[in-house]
Amino acid sequence: MEISTTAYNRCNLVKVSGRIDSNTAPDLEKAFNELIEGGDGIVFDMAEVEFISSRGLWVLLETQKACKKKKSKLVLVNVAEDMMESLDLAGVKHFIEIYTDVTAAVGSF
Amino acid sequence: MPTRKFPGQYENLAKIGEFVSEIAKEAGFDSAQVYSVQLAVDEACTNIIEHGYGGEGRGDILCSCDTTDDGIIIVIKDWGQQFEPDEIADPNFEVPLEELQSRGAGMFLMKKIMDEVKYKFDKFKGNTLTMKKRK
Repeated sequence: MEISTTAYNRCNLVKVSGRIDSNTAPDLEKAFNELIEGGDGIVFDMAEVEFISSRGLWVLLETQKACKKKKSKLVLVNVAEDMMESLDLAGVKHFIEIYTDVTAAVGSF
Repeated sequence: MPTRKFPGQYENLAKIGEFVSEIAKEAGFDSAQVYSVQLAVDEACTNIIEHGYGGEGRGDILCSCDTTDDGIIIVIKDWGQQFEPDEIADPNFEVPLEELQSRGAGMFLMKKIMDEVKYKFDKFKGNTLTMKKRK
């Protein structure tokens, strides 16, 4: 799994390539936590995420909790159709906005 | 039935996923179904490492997988601690975000994705999880 971050005016765009499972989710959690400390929101671009387990989905929900405390938010963009069902089942769609393009996602801040 | 043994470490989850995905493709599942099967197996193996063995590197996971007339069968064996599957409640999403709890999410996904999820525990022979999914 590789993580890259781009800073925008009001949010950070985080892009990950590869798998997010119990082996790699702690790294993503650490990257998100550092950004949350800075106070800006997060756009998580999932275009190159091949797989995300419930451990990874839980990182997203915990990140949303932490962002809310800072009056900010986490949003998702470019979620593969194959993983939509699991995002729905794990409650992610209920608590996190999902966009289909990066411009709209960044523009939501 | 094709069978592979994996040391119970999180870094092996990707290899286990590849193994079952190949057979799910052979069974004729579409890409969303292949993804779902991989997810159910990942959740099962994560639970074995985390809860059954109580951590990484404490035991093996034996994964068998085959096509059937109408789908796929996956049999996962481990030699970790037994548990009572019925006592693990489904997660509740009808709560404010702040009160959301992660416990039970993995098993909830397994039950929703697969058509059949059965546990058999044996102190001497080990634990057997059998999962089936139809096309």
